[in-house]
Amino acid sequence: MSNRSAVKLYRTPTDHLYMVLVYTLTILISVVILVPMIFVVAASFSSPDALMAGQVFLWPVEFNIRGYKMVLEHKMLVTGFQNTLIYAGAGTVINVVLTILAAYPLSRRDLKIRNPVMFLFAFTMLFSGGMIPLYLLVKNIGILNTRWSMLLPNAMSVWNVIITRTYFQSNIPGEMLESANIDGCDDFRFLWKIAIPLSVPIIAVNVLLYAVGHWNTYFNALIYLNDNALYPLQLVLRDILIQDDTAGISMDVTKQLEQQRLRYLLQYSTIVVATVPVALLYPFVQKYFVSGIMIGAIKG
Amino acid sequence: MNQSLPKRRRSRDTYWYDFRTHWQLYLMLLLPVAYIILFAYVPMGGASIAFKDFQIRKGIWGSPWVGLRHFTNFLNTPNFELLLRNTIILSGYSLLATFPMPILLALAINEASSARYRKSVQMITYLPYFISTVVMVGMMMNFFSLRAGFVNAVVERMGGTAVNFMGEPKIFRHMYVWSGVWQSTGYGAVIYIAALAGVDQSNVEAAVIDGAGRFRRVWYIDLPTIMPTIIIQLILAMGSIMSIGFEKVFLMQNPINLDVSEIISTFVYKRGLTQFQYSYASAVGLLNSIVNLVLIVLANQFAARVGNTSLF
Repeated sequence: MSNRSAVKLYRTPTDHLYMVLVYTLTILISVVILVPMIFVVAASFSSPDALMAGQVFLWPVEFNIRGYKMVLEHKMLVTGFQNTLIYAGAGTVINVVLTILAAYPLSRRDLKIRNPVMFLFAFTMLFSGGMIPLYLLVKNIGILNTRWSMLLPNAMSVWNVIITRTYFQSNIPGEMLESANIDGCDDFRFLWKIAIPLSVPIIAVNVLLYAVGHWNTYFNALIYLNDNALYPLQLVLRDILIQDDTAGISMDVTKQLEQQRLRYLLQYSTIVVATVPVALLYPFVQKYFVSGIMIGAIKG
Repeated sequence: MNQSLPKRRRSRDTYWYDFRTHWQLYLMLLLPVAYIILFAYVPMGGASIAFKDFQIRKGIWGSPWVGLRHFTNFLNTPNFELLLRNTIILSGYSLLATFPMPILLALAINEASSARYRKSVQMITYLPYFISTVVMVGMMMNFFSLRAGFVNAVVERMGGTAVNFMGEPKIFRHMYVWSGVWQSTGYGAVIYIAALAGVDQSNVEAAVIDGAGRFRRVWYIDLPTIMPTIIIQLILAMGSIMSIGFEKVFLMQNPINLDVSEIISTFVYKRGLTQFQYSYASAVGLLNSIVNLVLIVLANQFAARVGNTSLF
């Protein structure tokens, strides 16, 4: 921070122009990002009529929570929400456990098998068998159209293993392991009692990346599931937001108009309900994020 | 004595010795390695169905070999050129537009003098990362819709005629790319902001004393500091050119824009999993994986030669 005070002492004429540019750019980007998001939230709390009339911009018009009531009454949405909670919860636990189990041994320079295993892992980032062989495998091991197909095929990301390994390497001094070994501490105990407690930032980063990944993806569900009752939230959202699912709509014209009128409201409320839970993770993890990414991804 | 020393060293250098002294670490690696073998290497072997005429009853191993038939079939269809062109253009355009933005944003955030301002901009720009692809495309369809979207409302109010943003094939690529920029810039900037924290402050002070203005300090100190990070990110981005995301393209596809929006991965999905041409689709997918591998190796070698930084 000392440079920032030094900077104030000396300014060339172009510095002013430069700072104008810096602030213009950051403010412009912030506004462009915020406006659509504020609009969605404002629209979700507005009345369907105000929405249809295009009166809503950045503040709710005729405030009401009808959209959110519709979300709660939408059976598929509620099921999807529950399924996603299961997939994201169980999936993240599996992900983090496997990632730590892989990353810790790979961080040990005294382990001879470390390089071959690292190569085995890293190669999968460069080359893959493709979508169809993986699908056939999932089918052959009998987990197609089960909850396991949402958890096992992406049980671990090699990228996360690499940043976690780098973090272990640069944050846990070798002397600590030596003295623990002299005191009779074995590798399991060392990992559990010393390495993990010292690595909270990188574990938090892992939780965030994996959980957001599970919450937001629909691809695996699209190819592995065909039972509606197992669908995660994103597939249900796809029906509501993109395919304009009008199944079950009656032939009654007035009713149809009413449905049309409510559809936008339902869409906005759904967007908010689907996005807020993951966004809530961010403040908890934010304090670790930059330090975790920095040590994990850059020193490596 | 002289003889026993090298002998002992050799016996310590074996994997058996490694295993006996570190069996707990081996045990930890057991599950991750099993996972990687089952879900990454077994499918690589399974990709051999690209050279076979796969029949479900006979399974992967029992189906007859047909050599390169599926590959030549694919290379001889007009689809091939179209898919390759669409994939490369969409992905290349996306890379060109998406790559520099986070660097610019990180440099700008880093220059702002108030810590609170820096933190706020970072938080705001990071937010779209939490929006899922489905929601993102849903929002686009909503905002840019021909009849009810507010973008067209603005266009009409300003005297223009409404544009079918989501349908018009000419606009598809721009919509895809710039919505990606909107969504990924803040997240992409995190890594550069982290790297900028590593700028050597004594260099900055020396530069100030020598009379360097802000622009020069960014150019001669900040940029070189984050250059290794930029190069690594660029190699990774090059490596993902052929694996451009299925999810968003698939959602943005409609019958009108298919001529520009059909890419290799969506084609593989449709042929393989909706028309059950497993072998043919695997061949196309395998071709894609190989091109991808070549691209990332080339990018890596280029970076090693030019920038003295490489991934492997």
